[in-house]
Amino acid sequence: MIRSRLGQAAIFIASSVLLLFLVLPLFVLLVRAIEADLLQQLTQPTVAQALRLSLQTSILSTLITVTLGTPLAYSLARRKVPARSAIETLLDLPIVLPPAVAGLALLLTFGRRGFFGPVLETLGLSLPFTTAAVVMAGIFVSAPFFIRSAQTGFASVSHHVEESASDLGANPWQVFQHVTLPLAGPALLSGAILSWARALGEFGATILFAGSFIGRTQTMPLAIYQALETDLGSAMAVAAILILISFFFLVLLRLITHGRIGHPLL
Amino acid sequence: MITRNCWRQCRVFFTRSVWQALLCGLLISACAASSDAQTLTVFAASSLTDALKELGAQFEAQHPGARVVFNFAGSQQLRQQLEQGATADVFASANAREMDAAIQSGLVTANAPQVFVKNRLAVIVPRDNRAGVTTLSDLARPGLKIVLAAPGVPVGSYTLNALAKMSLAYDATFSSTVLSNVVSYEDNVKQVVAKVQLGEADAGIVYTSDVTPATANQLSTIDIPDEFNVVAAYPFAQLKAASQSALGADFVQFVLSAAGQSILKKWGFSIP
Repeated sequence: MIRSRLGQAAIFIASSVLLLFLVLPLFVLLVRAIEADLLQQLTQPTVAQALRLSLQTSILSTLITVTLGTPLAYSLARRKVPARSAIETLLDLPIVLPPAVAGLALLLTFGRRGFFGPVLETLGLSLPFTTAAVVMAGIFVSAPFFIRSAQTGFASVSHHVEESASDLGANPWQVFQHVTLPLAGPALLSGAILSWARALGEFGATILFAGSFIGRTQTMPLAIYQALETDLGSAMAVAAILILISFFFLVLLRLITHGRIGHPLL
Repeated sequence: MITRNCWRQCRVFFTRSVWQALLCGLLISACAASSDAQTLTVFAASSLTDALKELGAQFEAQHPGARVVFNFAGSQQLRQQLEQGATADVFASANAREMDAAIQSGLVTANAPQVFVKNRLAVIVPRDNRAGVTTLSDLARPGLKIVLAAPGVPVGSYTLNALAKMSLAYDATFSSTVLSNVVSYEDNVKQVVAKVQLGEADAGIVYTSDVTPATANQLSTIDIPDEFNVVAAYPFAQLKAASQSALGADFVQFVLSAAGQSILKKWGFSIP
């Protein structure tokens, strides 16, 4: 009895220590930001521009990820793909690599002196230091989150349902459009939100590949870093906004994965 | 059979890693709690990286048992870190502004800072110089990609001063034309060097001391004449909260000694 009570106390203490450690700093930051006049900071041009740029680039990178990632996830879940596990491992790499590695890799591949440098130059394109580079960095680090989730979603759709649909005369595209896609929908949506959140928080790859220029490549995480050196108040404001936006979408994600929004048709 | 063996090896490896991680954690907390009796912590501007590392090694050789630990970053970042409670013994800033701010926040005694080294600006271009930048006026050529340090970084504000002086001499719009070619404002001077070194930028403005032996073969330097150049004076001081004041005083002495100054000179700095 005592032992189990001791055990429970230990579990309680251990859990609350870690919980506090994870939650308290974010809470403190939020309070400090509100004290430092959060709303007034929002009207500062650098803060507003960083916010707008971050939203634009992260949404664009998520759209591209979903467009190109859905067929890939579907093939990985359904088709006989040669060297599937090798591909899956490679796709997971950007998740575990430090973003600075991703940035350097992008620079050496798509930079002016990079692997595709000469080709891009003949096309009159220069990617580093552009908004396109921010989007590319976002896709690079965030796409694996979508692909993972979408693949699991497609894999969980029962063959029998699809077969019944095609027995009833639906062509493969109709089956995909009306059966597979809606059933895998919540997984696709939650994958898209996760990968969007990751793109929104992207820092290391962006600062290396896209540099930092207000309104062009300086996203919220970069603005926080630069503001930290001169103006703690606006750094805290941008950080607080990032926390609030991310929190909002994580709540949305929970609602989706628990089937309260966009519940499956069957 | 092979798989089972592999599993066992994995498990052994894993358990060992967990133990090592725990041990590391203990060591780190021990270090954090009571910093080593002979460890001197120096917060220094990133432009000082190579020179101070060599100075530190020599200092350690002269003081058996002493260890010098450096934290290199933009001076403004270091000052922020110190204000937020980071502990250090010596602070070496790349400009007077951050040192004054440190005095304002009560980190440093007002008359403690001494200028120990000076630096000047130079334009750097990639060694192959495909954009053909050979003179200062080339910086205003349309379409050039220039990378500078952010205005909040000491070298960034020195750069703006230098460009303003060139405007007075050349053409009133010179500075704004050059600035319209800027594609990125980096957070520290080493990032500017890296981007020019990789050839992603056509030119950058950095300290002469940033063209180190390690980067010299990938960069060319264009001198900025004295009339436009801004001489950066680096002040350093012991912090009020220093835990190693005797060792810190020795270090300050060593940096100011002939031996210390010659090392700084070797790394491209000029001495006061």
